[in-house]
Amino acid sequence: MIRDTATLLGRSLRHIARSPDTIITTAIMPVAFMLLFVYVFGGAIRTGSDSYVNYQLPGILLITIASGIAYTAYRLFLDLQSGIFERFQSMPIARSAVLWAHVLTSLIANLISLVVVVLVALVMGFRSGANFWAWLGAAGILVLFTLALTWIAVIPGLTAKSVDGASAFSYPLIFLPFISSAFVPTDSMPGPVRAFAEHQPATAIVNTIRDLFAQESVGNGVWIALGWCLGVLLVAYVLATVTYRRKIA
Amino acid sequence: MTLRQPSMLAGMSGEAIRVHGLEKSFKELRVLRGVEFEVVKGSIFALLGSNGAGKTTVVKILSTLLKADGGAAQVNGFDVGTQAAEVRKSISLTGQFAAVDEILTGRENLVLVARLRHLEGAGAIADALLERFSLSEAGGRRVATYSGGMRRRLDIAMSLIGEPPVIFLDEPTAGLDPEGRIEVWAAVKELAKGGTTVLLTTQYLDEAEQLADRIAILHEGRILVNGTLQELKRLLPAAEVEYVEKQPTLEDVFLSLVGSRK
Repeated sequence: MIRDTATLLGRSLRHIARSPDTIITTAIMPVAFMLLFVYVFGGAIRTGSDSYVNYQLPGILLITIASGIAYTAYRLFLDLQSGIFERFQSMPIARSAVLWAHVLTSLIANLISLVVVVLVALVMGFRSGANFWAWLGAAGILVLFTLALTWIAVIPGLTAKSVDGASAFSYPLIFLPFISSAFVPTDSMPGPVRAFAEHQPATAIVNTIRDLFAQESVGNGVWIALGWCLGVLLVAYVLATVTYRRKIA
Repeated sequence: MTLRQPSMLAGMSGEAIRVHGLEKSFKELRVLRGVEFEVVKGSIFALLGSNGAGKTTVVKILSTLLKADGGAAQVNGFDVGTQAAEVRKSISLTGQFAAVDEILTGRENLVLVARLRHLEGAGAIADALLERFSLSEAGGRRVATYSGGMRRRLDIAMSLIGEPPVIFLDEPTAGLDPEGRIEVWAAVKELAKGGTTVLLTTQYLDEAEQLADRIAILHEGRILVNGTLQELKRLLPAAEVEYVEKQPTLEDVFLSLVGSRK
């Protein structure tokens, strides 16, 4: 199974290498949001932190992943459309290899996009004194978040009837960080909105990454963030696997 | 009214595909209503029918992509329901739309399939097939730049990797120009010469006539007739002798003007 997955992963990575625009377009929107928030709104937002670039970067990274996984659904959908999916299914290869190749491709493509966004943030003045372990922790949470969202993306990728349908699911995910602590402190929000913002996954994840970058204690928030990532990952994985089994049965 | 020669019932060893009482419904729509046929090893068998007759459904069940609701089917001696993995080792499927990767080159497509079949020397296998299907020059180009006929040839070449004993070709010439069709026909004949069993579906009568050792007509989910071309012709009243001027067909004219490659 590992061998088949590696072969198919090589194929998908060639796709990305030959159309690097998917990585660029994934990074463009988050970078545009970052410019907008830092240079337009940022001056008016009181966050209690010295640097607004530092404050908003974790939220931007989540938006990057949410827009990147739309391409995962898109690539899977195209494989089904073109008939090459059926060719693979009629061959003596591990049944799950086709899905895992797409999932790993999604992970690699998103990590590249994240690096691009972080580089732009560095140019805009983002600085962190975080040590290696803090960076590793932040990267680990982003990897888990990417995997969770990727397994969500597999479901519309397998079931969509049109290209638009395959990527539309990502819009609410892209907007989730806006109703969180990603760009403004939650205590400035009215009651019900604040209640939602403080109990949704983006806030826990954003706060944890922000604390890691700022070399502050992450406290209990890290467990809530990990709980959300692993919980969503598990549920999405099970649902995607069931959808896949139904598809190939 | 199935036509069968006694010699065709020789026994299991002679048949690469056995289909018995196959049934399949999609919600209320009964697509297959008890399909029966057998395909002798090393022969070309054509499943002829109009759109929606159920041809693709039969091929999908035989290639383990769909599960039948009823009946049984064996490919190369293995049951498609309970021994799916063994069946997949015995077959190759060329679906209705050329299932090739457009972003990869022709050669990369062949190498990909050879690797997935765990074969040694994937590069050499790819080069040999490119040569055999007159694609050597195009091998380094992306498939997105290929013509319909070239894609189909590449598609069929991909199906030959690993030399599976049974090959399914679902409408192999749909959407091709006359030259492309002749190229594909030549490739299919080549296959059967090598001892491969070919089951092809088509809605073109002349294609079945050109290629198939036996022809079965699938209509509304049942096999109406099954026999050799000669047997099927005998179903109609004996031919009357008439004198008619031999007119070239439009295809003859077209091919002589554009200069067929074969």
